[in-house]
Amino acid sequence: MYSEKVMDHFTNPRNVGEIADADGVGEMGNPQCGDIMRIYVDIEGDIIKDIKFKTFGCGAAVATSSIVTEMVKGKTITEALEVSNKTVAEALGGLPPLKMHCSNLAADALHAAIKDYFAKNIKE
Amino acid sequence: MRKIYLDHSATTPVDEEVAEIIRIYYTEKYGNPSSIHSFGREAKKALEEARLRVASLIGAKPEEIIFTSGGTEADNLAILGVAGAGQSKGGHLIISAIEHHAVLETAEYLAKMGYELTILPVNAEGIVELDSVGKALRPDTILVSVMHANNEVGAIQPIEEIGRIVREHGAVFHVDAVQTVGKIPVDVEKLGVDLLTMSAHKIYGPKGVGALYIRKGVRISSLLHGGSQEKKRRSGTENTPGIIGFGKACQLAAQRMTEEAEKLKKLRDMLLNGIVERIDCVKINGPLGDLRLPNNVNVSINFVEGESLLLSLDMLGIAASSGSACTSGSLDPSHVLLAMGLSHEVAHGSLRFSLGRQNTVEDIDHVLEHLPEIVERLRAMSPLYHQAAKKK
Ligand code: FES
Repeated sequence: MYSEKVMDHFTNPRNVGEIADADGVGEMGNPQCGDIMRIYVDIEGDIIKDIKFKTFGCGAAVATSSIVTEMVKGKTITEALEVSNKTVAEALGGLPPLKMHCSNLAADALHAAIKDYFAKNIKE
Repeated sequence: MRKIYLDHSATTPVDEEVAEIIRIYYTEKYGNPSSIHSFGREAKKALEEARLRVASLIGAKPEEIIFTSGGTEADNLAILGVAGAGQSKGGHLIISAIEHHAVLETAEYLAKMGYELTILPVNAEGIVELDSVGKALRPDTILVSVMHANNEVGAIQPIEEIGRIVREHGAVFHVDAVQTVGKIPVDVEKLGVDLLTMSAHKIYGPKGVGALYIRKGVRISSLLHGGSQEKKRRSGTENTPGIIGFGKACQLAAQRMTEEAEKLKKLRDMLLNGIVERIDCVKINGPLGDLRLPNNVNVSINFVEGESLLLSLDMLGIAASSGSACTSGSLDPSHVLLAMGLSHEVAHGSLRFSLGRQNTVEDIDHVLEHLPEIVERLRAMSPLYHQAAKKK
């Protein structure tokens, strides 16, 4: 049911964990199945220096969170904002139709983390 | 890699003896039971022997058994058949909240067609409370359908008591016994049921074969028309090899049931206790002891999600199932677990192991050895576990 790439990211997820005092944190709940994904970012200039995730969800949810961190680590904010559920799913070699919503979760959590970073910085 | 199958409530392997007899009725004794020549008569005779074997496993008469394409068809035949035959009497149906989808969705279909439907709640262990049955019955109730034991959490229902209440009222009583026939004693007289659903592939028989027991005198209309098979109650050329295989599987189940149930109960409790001892924040779903199917283990492992558990177990060759929303196809968590009052989150981390004939103590040890590591790995990834740990 899942591609090899998905299983690889599920078995060896990249960048699992938390960042203490992260510059931005984004959390998304999946309204469809009740899963939760949280992404932490550290940003220097406009580069995503570090990124970590924690996910409570299915294999696809774990794999999409893992690959999204890999896709944007070291990239600019602009590039990160271009990541969408579609590009995430493509990077994984496709997802079963029923699991497409899990990739929304990853892209949304990433964008929420960046938004959080902006919100904090504007205040300061 | 070592493979351990712990999903026998989904399906079982066909017993070698059963497979052999099926082969013979496909390749050598392939006659159509409706034909009058020797080929046909040979098949007909075997078909009737199978009917007798199936009937005797549940204490019924052979003429009360109608073969179907499986449990789903038998459930549909029972519910739609009673509705079709009893229309003039009124249109109220009662089912329990933990029925198999074949019952649930058939009843919901009738509800859309104008029938009224009452769904009986269950307690936290997944058992229907008797007084709810009496309260739900109405003068126009035509059918009550409660499963014998639940396929997800193994909860055995008080069918005999419910049967008494329903009989007093006069409604038809249907029981889906797909999970109990061949595993624990089922006697249609003792249970007081009018209709009873059975399936072959849950008891080491072939897929695509089942039966509906119809008590003599109970009227039901057919689903399939166009032939005179099964006394016109189920048209279509009989799946002779499958039915004969089903008969054989019932015969073997009758011989092995008592011994097997004892063995499975030991393995079941070993697994249940082992999980609770080795993993924290675990909840056992369903009743303990004799109210639980001998082969069912169901736990909710908090802070992790079921599909991730299944994938991780599968990578180690261990086959199980889950009531998690992520595995359901509809993205809704198990209706059974929700009916028992579990939150979505706890239902999410549910894991079912259903044991079978081939399982051994070594299989259980293997699962107990690896499950804690899997849970630990997934919890380390879970945002919920961290929060819970912080709260402590
Ligand atoms: S997170 Fe629930 S289906 Fe993917």
